[in-house]
Amino acid sequence: MNRDRLRRLISSAFVGACALAVLLALVPLAMVLFFVVRQGIGSLNLAFFTSMPRPVGEAGGGMANAIVGTLMLTGIASLMAVPVGVMSGIYMSEYAGTWLAIALRFAADTLNGVPSIVIGVFAYGIAVLPFKQFSALAGGFALGIMMIPIIARTTEELLLLVPNALREGALALGATRARAVFTVIVPAALPGIITGIVLALARIAGETAPLLFTSFNNRFFSRALTQPISSLTVQIYTYAISPYDDWHRQAWAGALVLVGFVLTCSLLARIATARIRRLRG
Amino acid sequence: MTHQVSSPTRFTTGLSVRDGRDPALNQAPKAVKIDVEHLSFFYGVKRALEDISLQIQANLVTAFIGPSGCGKSTFLRTLNRMNDIIPGARIEGHVRIDGLDAYASGVDVVKLRRKVGMVFQKSNPFPKTIFENVAYGLRINGLAASKSELAGRVEESLKQAALWGEVKDRLHESALAMSGGQQQRLCIARALAIRPDIILMDEPASALDPIATQRIEELVYDLKQAYTIVIVTHNMQQAARISDHTAFFWLGRLVEYDRTDKIFTNPSEKLTEDYVTGRFG
Amino acid sequence: MRDLPFRIIVGAFGCVLALLVLAIGVELTRQSWLSIQKFGFHFWTTDTWDPVAGQFGALPFIWGTLYSSLLALAIAAPVALGIAIFVSELCPAWLQTPLVFLTELLAAIPSIVYGLWGIFVLVPAIRALEIWMPEPLRAIPLLSGPPLGVGMLAAGVILAVMIVPFTSAVAREVLQTVPAAQREGAYALGATRFEAIRAALFYARTGIIGSIMLGFGRALGETMAVTMVIGNNPQVSASLFAPQYTMAAVVANEFTEASDELYLHALVEIGLVLFVITLVVNAGSRLLIWGLGRSGRTRPSRVADVEASAA
Ligand SMILES: Nc1ncnc2c1ncn2[C@@H]1O[C@H](COP(=O)(O)OP(=O)(O)OP(=O)(O)O)[C@@H](O)[C@H]1O
Ligand SMILES: [Mg+2]
Repeated sequence: MNRDRLRRLISSAFVGACALAVLLALVPLAMVLFFVVRQGIGSLNLAFFTSMPRPVGEAGGGMANAIVGTLMLTGIASLMAVPVGVMSGIYMSEYAGTWLAIALRFAADTLNGVPSIVIGVFAYGIAVLPFKQFSALAGGFALGIMMIPIIARTTEELLLLVPNALREGALALGATRARAVFTVIVPAALPGIITGIVLALARIAGETAPLLFTSFNNRFFSRALTQPISSLTVQIYTYAISPYDDWHRQAWAGALVLVGFVLTCSLLARIATARIRRLRG
Repeated sequence: MTHQVSSPTRFTTGLSVRDGRDPALNQAPKAVKIDVEHLSFFYGVKRALEDISLQIQANLVTAFIGPSGCGKSTFLRTLNRMNDIIPGARIEGHVRIDGLDAYASGVDVVKLRRKVGMVFQKSNPFPKTIFENVAYGLRINGLAASKSELAGRVEESLKQAALWGEVKDRLHESALAMSGGQQQRLCIARALAIRPDIILMDEPASALDPIATQRIEELVYDLKQAYTIVIVTHNMQQAARISDHTAFFWLGRLVEYDRTDKIFTNPSEKLTEDYVTGRFG
Repeated sequence: MRDLPFRIIVGAFGCVLALLVLAIGVELTRQSWLSIQKFGFHFWTTDTWDPVAGQFGALPFIWGTLYSSLLALAIAAPVALGIAIFVSELCPAWLQTPLVFLTELLAAIPSIVYGLWGIFVLVPAIRALEIWMPEPLRAIPLLSGPPLGVGMLAAGVILAVMIVPFTSAVAREVLQTVPAAQREGAYALGATRFEAIRAALFYARTGIIGSIMLGFGRALGETMAVTMVIGNNPQVSASLFAPQYTMAAVVANEFTEASDELYLHALVEIGLVLFVITLVVNAGSRLLIWGLGRSGRTRPSRVADVEASAA
């Protein structure tokens, strides 16, 4: 009897501990969001998006150049990563079980686990050193490498969810494999694939380490692909480790923009995924 | 109940007479459309079909019956090489369509499938509009020279499939919004659109209610004027109603193949009799 | 074979992906050759990092990386498992999706934002803790050092927050592969919830270990947040409060300052080793997780459902 009560007590304590763990994880989430909003909201205004950084000692100013820079960097990264990622995903799902598909999946998971700073070093060696020039292209290249495995794996997973009956339906009508893939299978999975790309974008938009020595930073407005370019994250970093209060405020405002972007993307992706699921039934 | 199967060749009686005469039918011989000779099929090491020989005649409805897992679908799918996409699948023997070996090395699978259309057990409309579903095969095979020709052939196919009246006002709505029976007739229309010679149907009505089933059966009856139809069914009344010839499969072998009325009233094999009279596992 | 060209083209794109991994290894080796040649294995056993004197010993960084990651793991693993168990086994079904979403958000917040929060919120809090700490405790090596705020503890905590979502997500998936029969079996023998879950955990143990290793792999390579709070001081110290350095942080901080080639090659070598370590850790954890998925994927079940059906 007594033993049973002890067992039940342990069980309840365990359940309680698990619930506590959830709360424990939500605390930092709430705190980070709270501080980002509280510290950032004060400096966030239209000027933040439209004007350039001010020198030390002058309050105000914005991150127009960094925002444009981040957009350009993620754009370059997408141009590189979407084709490679989607096509790799197609291979992995169409030829699932072949040795190359298995190797690709392993490579994608491996690449996904490579620390972003290492990707930065690699991109430096490939795209900066030979040209003796930090550049937007190099930064986009680094981010693109990080994007590829994410897109490849989500594409693969979503394509595998497309019923085989659709593939057979297309083939039975005289479609080649390529036709079936590009006219039926990929379109059927397209909403999900786009969602995956958006999530990948959100993730790389928040990356700093791969940019530190590829796209570097630029105090001025630049749209040149072969010049260093500013980015939201590197700018936040520069400001955060500076000793100036004005800059700290700017850093928080930048973080707010970044978090806002990332969370909006996640939320949209969530809603889209839920809707896709519902439509599928 | 167990049955001892002594010799597989014994079962290929009835129609599989090589000289083209057809004693069982007592009528003018029709052209042989599909000629299968000593066909065996393997999923990896597992043998799913064993030494099957039969001839399917043009402009007739041929039904395949047999217990679940006996290989009806597998056999049907060897006729348009749908099994090609299954990894590890292997085939022995010959399938001749209009006298040409479907598995000869130079054969273009895509052309073959255009000639031998297929309708699946579970309707598999593409997640596109009704119009686009029917137009799909025409588009990918480049079978319509102009927009108006395309529209004309879509309309013609939908009419052939007895679906036009129901959908003519909503051609550009999603095919997924149709009822199950309509979806299946859409898939038939889709197959008809590319004007195949042969239509393979794998339990096309098994997921439908009696009324929808009846419409499909009527459709099959009408289509036989222009096409050679091979239909797999679990439903013996259905086979008796709509087919001219019936083949009975059991454990990967062809037990008996003959005129439908003979199979159902006076089969030569005890096994067939047990099956068609329902005295069977 | 009309499909061959298609397969070749699509496969070629796939090969780009595979070759990237290879290229990273090759390029990093090439760019660190001077250092590898000059210092050999010695590089990893000496603790003097003096770029001005041309002295490069990477021991403090290895130490800092392992220390911070293990510390993070010690904090994060129980929490992550607790979350995984709660979400996949215990909580009401309607709560599952929101909780999964919230943990996903935790993973979605960029490293730099955690770093910012670390500098301005976490570090001051830890400094206050250090100042408040009674004098005798300071004699313990684990807690010694001036009250700076920045240091190993701050890095460990930040890292823990960042890896919890990864580990819990994978652990959750792993738990979902446990066949219902495992839990039902335990219940049939009169097990409590805890005992039934323990049975499930035991069944999935390799996958659970894999999920924890995956979190470890993340922690090893995490850069920005750590760089901002660990204090960036190359020393080997046991103290939680001592400012230290990690491999990722030193590369991030000093790469653009590396004035001569040997310095640069030494930094790249640190990156190379980081690459190899994370590769091994990730491959190991994947193998553990995959092995599980292959052996027993059946109908997913949850303790809560089993209980509901039993009641
Ligand atoms: N892709 C496959 N891989 C391995 N074995 C298969 C595969 N498809 C079918 N089989 C096996 O081949 C045998 C014949 O299957 P088939 O689907 O042709 O039977 P069937 O007569 O159509 O049955 P049903 O009436 O249930 O549709 C079965 O034993 C089945 O398990
Ligand atoms: Mg079948």
